[in-house]
Amino acid sequence: MQTPAPCDYERATSVEGALASLAEHGPGARLIAGGHSLLPMMKLRLATPEHLIDINDLEELAYIERQGDEIRIGAMTRHVELLKSDLLAEHFPLFADAEVVIADPVVRNRGTIGGSLCQADPGEDLSAVCSAIKAEVVIRGAAGERVVSMDDFHVGPYVTAVGADEMLTEVRVKVRPGAGSAHEKVERRAGDFAIAAASAGVWVAGGTVADVGVALAAAGPFTIDVARVGELMRGKPPSEELFEQAGEIAAEDCMPMADTRGPVDYKRHLVGVLTKRALRRASERALQREA
Amino acid sequence: MQVTITINGEEVTREIEPRMLLVHFIRETPGLTGTHWGCDTSNCGACIVHVDGQAVKSCTMLAAMADGREVRTVEGLERDGVLDPIQEGFHEQHALHCGFCTPGMMMASRALLNENPDPTREEIREAISGGICRCTGYQNIVNAVRWAAAREAEVKQEA
Repeated sequence: MQTPAPCDYERATSVEGALASLAEHGPGARLIAGGHSLLPMMKLRLATPEHLIDINDLEELAYIERQGDEIRIGAMTRHVELLKSDLLAEHFPLFADAEVVIADPVVRNRGTIGGSLCQADPGEDLSAVCSAIKAEVVIRGAAGERVVSMDDFHVGPYVTAVGADEMLTEVRVKVRPGAGSAHEKVERRAGDFAIAAASAGVWVAGGTVADVGVALAAAGPFTIDVARVGELMRGKPPSEELFEQAGEIAAEDCMPMADTRGPVDYKRHLVGVLTKRALRRASERALQREA
Repeated sequence: MQVTITINGEEVTREIEPRMLLVHFIRETPGLTGTHWGCDTSNCGACIVHVDGQAVKSCTMLAAMADGREVRTVEGLERDGVLDPIQEGFHEQHALHCGFCTPGMMMASRALLNENPDPTREEIREAISGGICRCTGYQNIVNAVRWAAAREAEVKQEA
């Protein structure tokens, strides 16, 4: 039987309360949201928090809304809401692409975007999704809020810029014209982590690529932002040839490890194919929106 | 800490360690062993129950997190001695062999029909994809959920 080690529990009723409790209990305290990463880790003693602060009652952090030229997603928004959101489907369809293959519907009822990002598992899809569309995250602490890019947010495997007495409260994505996006994933069986996955965001203006982002999950020790694809594609009209070249770049720049999901050469090949497919689909969507 | 969880309409209060998982609370305190404890890693789905109307895996939720909430287990499907159409469907379509996955499959299916009373076979497969049946009886489980959907539509029409 797997049971977590002993710990204390409290239920937060406000963000301020949760932050105050984090500060009071020090590094032994952890926030728990959906719990689908933290509880399994606690059972395996990979995490041994002394004090759990349950933030499931913080409805104030469960929203997907448009504010000016941004879409803002509260950290407690569940996977199921990301999957069903009309606003995201309209502007960033890669969320639905990813969500339909993240775990299973019952897990998606509990897991949250904030929890997924803060877990910073290199195999997790939403980190790649948010990197590809150049999202920013809002981190709140006692001293106030700061907004950081996904690049600065990801410090390393399972490590983010969120301090011990801080919490991630929101994800923000700029709504820009001519946007298209897609997420492509190959998994061994329904609901599994990816063998490899690629997210793409493409913004077109006048038929050429104004901006592009590609990020990879399960392709290295952390979420990989393939910056070189930007240099390749910006200023050119999207084409099969470009997608092919971008795939080659991604296959070179990824850092996969051999494991039960496959050897390195296979994963590199897969990353190339998935990058090509994601860019193709994202570009089609972008051109459709511009038309 | 003391928690009070309403399980199938009855309040259950108990002093627990905060680390106790909901699945163990359900099985130990009111002794409702219909909810199965399987893989312990949220992969197999044998422990699926409804919390405030939503299907969740009770091995990956602390009992403390369910304090003050409403839980429905497989035992709560039956009402006043009348089986839920999902239960009838599993019986009629022979949707179980060893029965270990059955409570979770039923609760996932019940949650689906509550939201989507006329699901396609594909939608049913997606809804139960968080459960594993090692007797490989998925075809009949899908048949059972279709059977229950048709039965509920029939009952609605009669009413």
